[in-house]
Amino acid sequence: MQAFLKGPGGAPPAKKPAPAPAPGTSKKDGKPVKKHIPWVEKYRPRTVDDVAHQDEVVAVLRKTLEGSDLPNLLFYGPPGTGKTSTILAAARALYGHDLYKDRVLELNASDERGISVVREKVKKFSQLTASATRPDGKPCPPYKIIILDEADSMTSPAQAALRRTMEKETKTTRFCLICNYVTRIIEPITSRCAKFRFKPLGVGVMSERLKHICQEENVKIEEEAIQTLMQISEGDMRKAVMFLQSASRLCGQDGSVNSQIIRDITGVVPEDLLDEVLKVCRSDSYEKLDATVKKVIREGYAGSQILSQFHDKLVAMEEVSDKQKSVICEKMALVDKCLLDGADEYLQLMALFSTVMHQMCHAE
Amino acid sequence: MSLWVDKYRPTTLAKLDYHKDQAAHLKKLVQGGDFPHLLVYGPSGAGKKTRVMCTLRELYGSGVEKLRIEHNNFTTPSNKKLEIVSISSNYHIEVNPSDVGIQDRVVIQELIKNVAQVNQLDSSTQKDFKVVVLTEVDRLSRDAQHALRRTMEKYMSTCRLILVCNSTSKVIPAIRSRCLGVRVAAPSADEIVQMLQTVCKKEGLNLPSELARRIADKSQGNLRRALLMCEACKVQQYPFSADQDVSEPDWEVFLRDTASMIVQEQSPRRLLEVRGRLYELLSHCIPADVIMKGLLQELLQNCDGELKTEVVQSAAHFEHRLQSGQKAIYHIEAFVARFMAIYKRFLEEGIADLF
Ligand SMILES: Nc1ncnc2c1ncn2[C@@H]1O[C@H](COP(=O)(O)OP(=O)(O)OP(=O)(O)O)[C@@H](O)[C@H]1O
Ligand SMILES: [Mg+2]
Repeated sequence: MQAFLKGPGGAPPAKKPAPAPAPGTSKKDGKPVKKHIPWVEKYRPRTVDDVAHQDEVVAVLRKTLEGSDLPNLLFYGPPGTGKTSTILAAARALYGHDLYKDRVLELNASDERGISVVREKVKKFSQLTASATRPDGKPCPPYKIIILDEADSMTSPAQAALRRTMEKETKTTRFCLICNYVTRIIEPITSRCAKFRFKPLGVGVMSERLKHICQEENVKIEEEAIQTLMQISEGDMRKAVMFLQSASRLCGQDGSVNSQIIRDITGVVPEDLLDEVLKVCRSDSYEKLDATVKKVIREGYAGSQILSQFHDKLVAMEEVSDKQKSVICEKMALVDKCLLDGADEYLQLMALFSTVMHQMCHAE
Repeated sequence: MSLWVDKYRPTTLAKLDYHKDQAAHLKKLVQGGDFPHLLVYGPSGAGKKTRVMCTLRELYGSGVEKLRIEHNNFTTPSNKKLEIVSISSNYHIEVNPSDVGIQDRVVIQELIKNVAQVNQLDSSTQKDFKVVVLTEVDRLSRDAQHALRRTMEKYMSTCRLILVCNSTSKVIPAIRSRCLGVRVAAPSADEIVQMLQTVCKKEGLNLPSELARRIADKSQGNLRRALLMCEACKVQQYPFSADQDVSEPDWEVFLRDTASMIVQEQSPRRLLEVRGRLYELLSHCIPADVIMKGLLQELLQNCDGELKTEVVQSAAHFEHRLQSGQKAIYHIEAFVARFMAIYKRFLEEGIADLF
């Protein structure tokens, strides 16, 4: 606007930052070389408005971009729901390309984040003052942002140290903590942050985005395949996009992605194998159960995957009473935890299915 | 002279003998010149590593076969020196991070950063990324797994990861979300028989089909084991005979005898004897979960239906505890003691019923 008012012949228009090279190409020796950028990165939301399905956060951040203050933030939610993308997009919009490095400190679980680092690095960074203008004259917020991604892996002492720093530096610094499990963050910190839960993406938004990607990339996909994709990825957008790319690779240029291909690459347990397990549970024969579970293990299916599919099946089964279901579900919860702790899959599955067998054959 | 297992390891995707569909999939996947991070999982001896190497070869050509063994040194933030052995070519590097125990995080970070920063040496291949193969990722510490998350995204343009493990249940969901899973099922008994025949033919040997079948059954879907057993048979006796002994590893026999001792007598004295034998097994590096499962298998043969359920539950319970605990022996012994109690009660009830 200003350049326009000055009219032609006036001072040269403020230099625009060089446009960032379009993702997907890079220049080497003058000629463009095709770089492989996975779709997950290619279609990472670039702006806050690009972020789908997380309306509350987007609303708050949009206000911030219009000039209001930013609270300390705590983002939590399952993988692939846009937590990291959101804060990176917001920070980029706030500071622009040039100032980003000076104003944003990104620390994630791959960095050293013990107490000493929190005390020194974080403190040092947050004590630097920040002016309210960018080098190019545009206004920007008078504070810096420290992003602590994957904060659930920080030890409690480190978190406690962080809490003190957060308190002291409210004038110059905003913190954004990101984690999968909010329960792993100590209470004094959660109570100092505006908390936002990132929901698994809904069916509507997800299919819309997937279709958009298909269009951009010239991929033919059957409607049913999109349904399968969404069912399997359970609201994890990253997974859905990655599966889509792999599936399209397998189909080649001309084929169209169908739901069988998606099932093939995602490691879902085939229905008939699950049915077989249930059948032996009803047979009340330990030997048969043992043989079947061994077969499942040899096929290499992941215990956690079996658990989640079996759960869906169990809930819908009419011949099992509510009481039996609750006993089985309780056992499933235990087995799930044990598996996460690294317990043996064969033993855990045997423990689970022998409970199922007992419930089906010996409980009224 | 190398073992058959190594000598006849296929080197290209086209030469893989079983799960051909999957090999074709992998081929298509890398044909575009690029692939997502992979999480390759399946039971041991199913041929995961072979498949990974074939995939790399498809991607980079025969250059990946020129391997070097290197000793890498790292220093932890607390100034502890770590050394880890890696196997690498110009295009990829393979390590087993759990070799350094709880310091695995440091190793992974440094390694990936190094790899990601050094540009491709050979520009003729036109690949703009290298591959880091991490084996036994189900044994990675939580810390290391967390550290991988953002790293996997940040360095994605210059570095791809192939993670290899037996069970994905131990891999945190955030990492699973970043990888394409590749399930490698164990070959079926028929497929193993076929492979044994092929290898023997190449060696110029005549393998009776009954013997091949028996080896396949004993190998429990583990191809590596089947080949080793077959080669051992050859050393023992050639020409083969259909009914010759397929020898098992000594420790398996030892473990079976231990189980019989438990069934014979349930007393503190016997528990002490068993304990000595368990120590013996552990000190020969037999993994604790293998001991547990081996014991269970044998013990169950002496139990009837309901009792089996009870015993398997307690085995699962103690094996889980073993994973979270420090010393395996406590938990295995606890399981043995529990079994003795359950079994004794069962016997006494049986006797009481007689009268
Ligand atoms: N809300 C969303 N809108 C659009 N795309 C999304 C959204 N959430 C995730 N994605 C896609 O998933 C990818 C990963 O998202 P992101 O890195 O933000 O996940 P995250 O929530 O930080 O996950 P993690 O907990 O595993 O770190 C993005 O590159 C993008 O392609
Ligand atoms: Mg993230």
